[in-house]
Amino acid sequence: MHLAYPAVLAALLFCVGLYGVLARRNAILVLMSVELMLNAVNLNLVAFDVWLRDTLHAGQAFTLFIIAIAAAEIGIGLAIVLMVYRNRGSSDVDRLRDTAETDESAPAPGEAPAAAGEKAEATA
Amino acid sequence: MTTTTLAVLVPLLPFLGSAAGLLLGRRAPGFVRPLAVLPTLAAAVLAVFVAARQGGGKTIEAATQLTPTGSVPIDLALHIDGFAALAAVLVGVVATCVQIYSTGYLRDDPRYPSYAALVSLFTSAMLLVVYSGDLMVLLVGWEIMGICSYFLVGHYWETPEARAASLKAFLVTKLGDVPFLIGLFALAADAGTFRIDGILGAVAGDGLDHPTLIALLLLAGVAGKSAQFPLHTWLPDAMAGPTPVSALIHAATMVAAGIYFVARLLPVFASSSAALTVLAVMAAITMVGSALAALAQDDIKRVLAYSTIGQLGYMAGALAVGDRGAAVFHLLSHGAFKALLFLAAGAVIHAAGTNSLSAMSRMSGLTRRIPDAYWTMTVALLALAALPPFAGFFSKEAVLVAAEHTALGDRTVAPAGAGWTVLVAGLLTALLTAAYAMRLWLLAFRGRGAEAPDHGRQPLAMTTVLWVLAVPSLGFGLSVTYLDDWFDGHALTPTVTTAVLGTGIAVVGALVTYAVWQRTRALAARTPLGAVAAHPEGGAGLVEAEAIAGHAPAYGDIASAPDPADPGRVLLGPLHRHAATGFHLDAVYRTLFVRPVQAGASLVRFLDREVVDTYVRGAGTGTNWLGWLVRRAQTGNVQTYLSALLAGSVVLAIAAVVLANVAAGA
Amino acid sequence: MILAAQSPGFLSPSGVEIAFLLVGLVTLGAAVVTVTTRQLVHAALWLVVTLGGLAVAYLLLTAEFIAWVQVLIYVGSVVVLLLFGLMLTKAPIGRSPDADSGNRPVALVVALAAAAALVWVVVDAFRTTWIDLDGPAQGSTKASGEILFRYWVLPFEALSVLLLAALVGAIVLSRKNTGEKEGPR
Repeated sequence: MHLAYPAVLAALLFCVGLYGVLARRNAILVLMSVELMLNAVNLNLVAFDVWLRDTLHAGQAFTLFIIAIAAAEIGIGLAIVLMVYRNRGSSDVDRLRDTAETDESAPAPGEAPAAAGEKAEATA
Repeated sequence: MTTTTLAVLVPLLPFLGSAAGLLLGRRAPGFVRPLAVLPTLAAAVLAVFVAARQGGGKTIEAATQLTPTGSVPIDLALHIDGFAALAAVLVGVVATCVQIYSTGYLRDDPRYPSYAALVSLFTSAMLLVVYSGDLMVLLVGWEIMGICSYFLVGHYWETPEARAASLKAFLVTKLGDVPFLIGLFALAADAGTFRIDGILGAVAGDGLDHPTLIALLLLAGVAGKSAQFPLHTWLPDAMAGPTPVSALIHAATMVAAGIYFVARLLPVFASSSAALTVLAVMAAITMVGSALAALAQDDIKRVLAYSTIGQLGYMAGALAVGDRGAAVFHLLSHGAFKALLFLAAGAVIHAAGTNSLSAMSRMSGLTRRIPDAYWTMTVALLALAALPPFAGFFSKEAVLVAAEHTALGDRTVAPAGAGWTVLVAGLLTALLTAAYAMRLWLLAFRGRGAEAPDHGRQPLAMTTVLWVLAVPSLGFGLSVTYLDDWFDGHALTPTVTTAVLGTGIAVVGALVTYAVWQRTRALAARTPLGAVAAHPEGGAGLVEAEAIAGHAPAYGDIASAPDPADPGRVLLGPLHRHAATGFHLDAVYRTLFVRPVQAGASLVRFLDREVVDTYVRGAGTGTNWLGWLVRRAQTGNVQTYLSALLAGSVVLAIAAVVLANVAAGA
Repeated sequence: MILAAQSPGFLSPSGVEIAFLLVGLVTLGAAVVTVTTRQLVHAALWLVVTLGGLAVAYLLLTAEFIAWVQVLIYVGSVVVLLLFGLMLTKAPIGRSPDADSGNRPVALVVALAAAAALVWVVVDAFRTTWIDLDGPAQGSTKASGEILFRYWVLPFEALSVLLLAALVGAIVLSRKNTGEKEGPR
């Protein structure tokens, strides 16, 4: 069999997963897309393992490991998504913007209490 | 102790006294007065000792080198000849008098400790200048005097006049000091040493390479320090300082330094006839101009200030004709009677409560209030007007004789033109000097009108000093026959021609003034004028500060008063207006220097604010904008970050592959 | 299918290729629908199709053990988990208008660029490479078991620890906080 078939299929699947990760709003759909990308890699590993006739079967062993890790990842990922959903009522990725730079140059919230503390020290 | 040790102690003692006074002034107020008076007094006594030992004989030279200083060595050197010995005695005596007088005059002044310490430092610096045998060390004393005069003139720094006057004194003298410094270096470079005897030896030997240039550069500094035209304008304004400071500056220290310096290095100046001619013209202009200005001043201290400038002109004239003996002789006698004049004027101002002659002329009984000041001032004014047998007569005659001899060709040190210039200007000035001395005396002590207020007796410290100084004013001239040996050996005795001429002219000037005054005094009664200090019962220093601060608001000008009864106004006629302002020299300076400097300053300010700061602000704003742009990228959206990351990876991967292909293809 | 895996000559080489091509197309199509559909639950179901298609592809590549593991774990558990997750987060049933975020155009560009680059590189590299599917099956269960427990035992055990950790972590994360009032929300 031509090696290009599985290789190209893997590449395309990977890019589809990539698109999903970047474009989907729901966190669970993003996780699905991640699964797609992992599977694309798996396909590559298997195909090359067969092509090279590796005596250690490294490709297939890795594939098994990846499947296991993917299972773990999806478990943890879903737990996190659930937690986020519980805390915020939404699991939309693009609403989680706590790290955004806002325009109000907030006089770092630590400063005022620090000054107050100094004042307290001075009076004490 | 050897004479050298004594001589070293002379400048050292006031310096130590000043340092101790500054250190202890706050903590131990009781020590301030002894620390002010005693070291200065001791220095004066030691100076007398040194003078007695030196005795006008051989010059005492002593030098020690602290450290090698390269190609031109700098030594701590003493150079005591007759000039130095006598000048030091003058400085010591006048400084002692001033210190004693100040204890009474500034009795209630809270800043007296620092004032006394500065006066001591001033004295010490002048003594250093007098005794130093090395020009670099001399320059140190010279500059210390500059800064001390700045502080002392600005003693009443609460008033804007004092602040402006101290700054002006400092800047104007520094303006002269810059060429002076260059001249010193040029002189040392030519002679190969800073030592005075070395320089004089070089001049006597091979001569200097550029005598005219050096002499003119040095003359600039001398003009600044000794208040010669055109750098004299600081001196009348320096009257904003306390009266004892004026006495010190005018009689013994600051202004004497310039004359003394030229006297020391006269051979350097004498080797350039151009420099002597310049000095003669400078002296002539100074003499006549200042005498005219003195006639128009209303502030009693400004009259004295202009008279100082005029007398310094005499000394400069004597130097211009190459007779330093006459110059230093006049320096000494002038020091005595000018110190007396100022100190007495201080008493007058205190008693009258004003410094305005117009106000005093409408006040009667001032002579009864302060008889000591009245009599001593009369003596000093007679000395100033150079009437025999007072001190000023002999010293001024010495100057005129030297000028006459030069003019007639008997002396060949200086060109005859310089002699004629000095002689004519000197005679003219003698006339004017007598006129303004008479005017001062008449207006101050022969006033009519309300009784002068009674502030009680003057402090004993002040009146004693007046009488002490009256003695040399009266009799110093009689020592003229002994002084020849101390100086270069020329006879200083008057000749008949100049004596008759000078005295006659002076008498004429005084009589004319008296006649005019007789006519105008009736007018004075009809035009009331005058204002007195707000706190006449206060200390003398306070009264004076208030009088100075109140003059401009009361009379419209700091120098003159609109008094139609002023004999000076009648005598000068249309000139009065110009003379009162010092012939508009300040305005000329304003146009020539102050305005351009201010324009330059505003230009620099503009460049700094609008151009340089624009770059600075632009740097800040640009960074802000960049920061704003970068901040736009921080959306907080993980997907955006990831997109950018992956796009970058793709680009990198493609670039790597393309490069690899290109490399493989090549 | 086992039969096919055990006897690689069952289909002609070109036949295997044709089968792989068809399966690949189905897989790719299902994947595209998974990432583009507006119905969230449908996305999960289309994911099943994709993963199943991949399992068939593994089979065609003679990796039967992987294929069954794929079916068991992915189709059997992962997708079920995902569906549970969708339900627990109250994902809307039916078309939701905002399934895609505003990042979509950028994502499209990046994905297309990556696809073009990858396909170009892969095709360029493996144009003349053929997989020899004849001979003993590379991924039979027996072979897989042998190498897994002969050469890969240590990573295997480490992986089991990882799974345990993930298990504990998932429980801790998803457990409702009993002391919720004290906990920072």
